[in-house]
Amino acid sequence: MPQSFDILVIGGGPAGIAAAIRAAESGANTGIVDDNAALGGQIWRRARTESVAEPAAEWHQRLQTTNVSVLCGTRVFDQPEPGLLLAERHNDILQLAYQKLVLATGARERFLPFPGWTLPNVMGAGGLQAMVKAGLPIRDKRVIVAGTGPLLLAVAAYLRSHGAEIPIICEQASWGKLARFGLTLLADRQKTTQARQLKRDLAGVPFAANAWPVAAHGHTAVQSLTIMRNGRSEEIACDYVASGFHLVPNTELAALLGCQIRGGFVHVDHLQRTSLPNVFCAGEPTSIGGLELSLIEGEIAGLAASDRVPEAQRLVADRKKWARFARRLDRTFSLRNELRGLASPDTIVCRCEDVPHSRLREHGSWRAAKLHTRCGMGPCQGRICGPATEFLFRWSPDSVRPPVFPVRVSSLSAERTGQPEHTKHEEANR
Amino acid sequence: MSDQVSLTVNGASISVPSGATVAVAVALAGQPCRTSVTGEPRGPLCGMGICFECRVTINGIPHRRSCQSPCEQGMEVTSET
Amino acid sequence: MANATYDVVIVGAGIVGAACANEFARRDMRVAVVDREVVGSGATGAGMGHIVVMDDSEAQFALTRYSQKLWQVLRNELSADVEYDQCGTIWVAADEEEMGEVTRKHDFYGDRGVATEILDAKRLKQSEPNLRDGLQGGLFVPEDAVLYPPCAARFLMHRAEQHGAKVILGASVSTLGQRRVLLSDGLQLTADIIVNAAGAWSAELTPGIDVKKRKGHLVITDRYPGFLRHQLVELGYLKSAHSVATDSVAFNVQPRRTGQILIGSSRQFGAEHKEADQAMIVRMLQRAQEYMPCVGQLSAIRMWTGFRAATPDKLPLIGPWPGDKSVFLATGHEGLGITTSLATARILVDQITGTKPEIPIEPYLPSRASKEHAHV
Ligand SMILES: Cc1cc2nc3c(=O)[nH]c(=O)nc-3n(C[C@H](O)[C@H](O)[C@H](O)COP(=O)(O)OP(=O)(O)OC[C@H]3O[C@@H](n4cnc5c(N)ncnc54)[C@H](O)[C@@H]3O)c2cc1C
Ligand SMILES: Cc1cc2nc3c(=O)[nH]c(=O)nc-3n(C[C@H](O)[C@H](O)[C@H](O)COP(=O)(O)OP(=O)(O)OC[C@H]3O[C@@H](n4cnc5c(N)ncnc54)[C@H](O)[C@@H]3O)c2cc1C
Ligand code: FES
Repeated sequence: MPQSFDILVIGGGPAGIAAAIRAAESGANTGIVDDNAALGGQIWRRARTESVAEPAAEWHQRLQTTNVSVLCGTRVFDQPEPGLLLAERHNDILQLAYQKLVLATGARERFLPFPGWTLPNVMGAGGLQAMVKAGLPIRDKRVIVAGTGPLLLAVAAYLRSHGAEIPIICEQASWGKLARFGLTLLADRQKTTQARQLKRDLAGVPFAANAWPVAAHGHTAVQSLTIMRNGRSEEIACDYVASGFHLVPNTELAALLGCQIRGGFVHVDHLQRTSLPNVFCAGEPTSIGGLELSLIEGEIAGLAASDRVPEAQRLVADRKKWARFARRLDRTFSLRNELRGLASPDTIVCRCEDVPHSRLREHGSWRAAKLHTRCGMGPCQGRICGPATEFLFRWSPDSVRPPVFPVRVSSLSAERTGQPEHTKHEEANR
Repeated sequence: MSDQVSLTVNGASISVPSGATVAVAVALAGQPCRTSVTGEPRGPLCGMGICFECRVTINGIPHRRSCQSPCEQGMEVTSET
Repeated sequence: MANATYDVVIVGAGIVGAACANEFARRDMRVAVVDREVVGSGATGAGMGHIVVMDDSEAQFALTRYSQKLWQVLRNELSADVEYDQCGTIWVAADEEEMGEVTRKHDFYGDRGVATEILDAKRLKQSEPNLRDGLQGGLFVPEDAVLYPPCAARFLMHRAEQHGAKVILGASVSTLGQRRVLLSDGLQLTADIIVNAAGAWSAELTPGIDVKKRKGHLVITDRYPGFLRHQLVELGYLKSAHSVATDSVAFNVQPRRTGQILIGSSRQFGAEHKEADQAMIVRMLQRAQEYMPCVGQLSAIRMWTGFRAATPDKLPLIGPWPGDKSVFLATGHEGLGITTSLATARILVDQITGTKPEIPIEPYLPSRASKEHAHV
């Protein structure tokens, strides 16, 4: 039988938490769903042993004072009919009915294939950070951090604070671009403080712009990485490579619901409304703009969804400021052309089905490549190779079909006929 | 509750801090999570449950994402081929 | 691209169009194939790829068997990505009545030179340990096979191209007939022979042919090597697939070379939208779990739908269209077009080149339909 909510938030990162708090404050019967074991999303992902850091603590506390129903370890995979979502949890399937929906599904790293990138211990930057938070000892390990985007520095600082040795951070963006970006940061106190802190954390760690990974070497795991730096290649020994090329938005669920996607992002208006009535979207699916933008968008979505439009409108100016920051991020960390040539013919691009670059090159579209090589047909459903081939071959992605994540066959075949089960605040609200 | 959990990875016992994920246990055991379709060893990539590179068999159930699965006492984990 | 003249223009680059292109091009005819999408993107990309001998009617048997033999000849030349695998079919009998059907089928096939084997309950369970207990038995058809249809179509199209065929993709045909194929961008192709191989969409191009869309759903799982060994089809399938009037589902599971399990199947008339129909998916998967409960625990990666081109008498339309001397049909293959594509191409080319076909072709001639109409 469905659990029903006035306002349901999908995604428990900063955007989702902020949306849920604002929605619940207004008395709406609110739920928040996330597939991780605990709320926090990517940035506030926490190791068991760590305490919650500022500003996460403040938001977590605010959440606790509300009546939001928290459903963790729960992954939304389909919308069989408007107003009803299906989610899988452990051995259960949940039906979640909503009046209004806030999608706050965040982003993932973009990975680009280079020879050796499939070796064990070559991971995403955020990926390795998550592994360390999950208990992987990193002390005295040599970790090369390479790719693009502000995440590289955050991860390097985190790993270093846990005892890793960072022989180098390779950023593919040019010094020129980075300098312009750095100057614009000076205009904002918060960002300047963050940057200073990062600089302290990373003191003594070599940082190279105009530099990128070329090939990882090793047999059963990575042993060294060749990088290209100022036009020259050099091989550096390492135990791990942490490599990500900025972020791509998780738009699959929004696309499945039928929200308009523009330029790869979920299209929203100033109140975070998508093209569908009663469906809002906040945080990284609408633009990659960092924590502050996610929080503000979350608040606006939560307020707008609970019909507190004037309050939401008061935040719009602030949002604009951070939206400019998002555009600057985009410009600074846009991928350079040389990266299209990183993969050699036998470099695997689709890791689920092991499809090499040479087989993909023969095709003219993602659809043809999918049909004829099985690229993107594995369990990641193209989440890794899709963004890579978009960049490598300029292919545009296919439509999204349910389930948006692999689920048990029994979950797909569960009956969906029950009447909504009214949860606690139902009467209070109506 | 003890702060260590013991489990087996490909038959060998290993003890990990409680709260660690199975992906961490497999890494500590020096094993790949899976062998790819063309026979390459693979380990975690995204750490957040989307890439499916960390799939292992846990207590006989195949294709579990080890990065999303906390270790439990007595668990039997095997790499996938 | 400019206006051009060919001997043959084939509309549709599904497996039927590809097989026809290969047969024509092999005979040194100048061939063009036009498709609005990519090779194998229609029903061919959505189908199961079961190469199966069927016994609904003598004509259906003759075509499926002939075509299966053609696949067997081609088998060693197929590229690896076609994933041809002679895994065999087991028709599963749930009760006594269906066991009777097993015997009937066994005799029917035996009389026509197809070896099959009757399995009792124990043998069935040994052959497929994941089937539930309590089933009555089944019929094992060892020559049936499985392949990956889009790559099979691409293989055939490749061969056609090696013989000089021109493949024009991303080009939509707006009308055909009177020796002309008009593309929606205004270009015109001229040919003495125009083959309508547009599958479920063929009636849009040749109005007046009785081809309707019959929608199907499929679900595919992650890789579970060894979980399933044969294509399994319930015998209730025959009863339900026959019922033209109502939507139906059947237990129909297929082991892919990759170790994946493809779960079918459903049949629906009057559903024109591509989106998966929740109720059909639920029914279809529940049916699969009735026969094989542990299928429920497998991880499903994707689901999709496809449109079969259905005719009233369940036989394809292969040959000249009485309404227009330049138009030939190769359509209406319903749920068997992967199997029967090779025979279809042979029969069509035989008719055009005046070669004696290997099997009687009257049941497939488009003119039969107009005759039927004349009687009503
Ligand atoms: C791997 C990674 C690591 C990062 N690390 C840092 C860092 O160290 N420092 C930093 O400043 N920034 C980091 N960022 C950037 C940071 O995440 C963003 O700036 C911002 O805070 C994102 O907030 P969000 O709420 O929009 O999304 P997220 O925090 O990504 O939250 C989205 C949540 O939705 C969940 N979700 C998605 N789909 C579903 C579904 N169908 N069902 C259920 N749940 C779902 C996701 O699992 C996730 O928990 C990282 C980003 C990534 C991708
Ligand atoms: C769910 C399902 C399961 C099946 N399982 C099996 C099975 O196990 N075994 C079996 O033998 N068969 C099976 N079939 C049937 C089989 O898939 C079809 O019979 C076969 O693919 C038909 O091939 P085709 O080339 O005629 O049609 P299609 O593959 O549909 O090709 C027609 C082509 O025409 C193109 N086209 C249409 N209109 C135009 C236009 N105006 N301009 C340009 N191009 C156009 C389309 O883009 C398409 O590519 C199944 C079908 C379905 C739906
Ligand atoms: S590491 Fe990507 S799913 Fe586990």
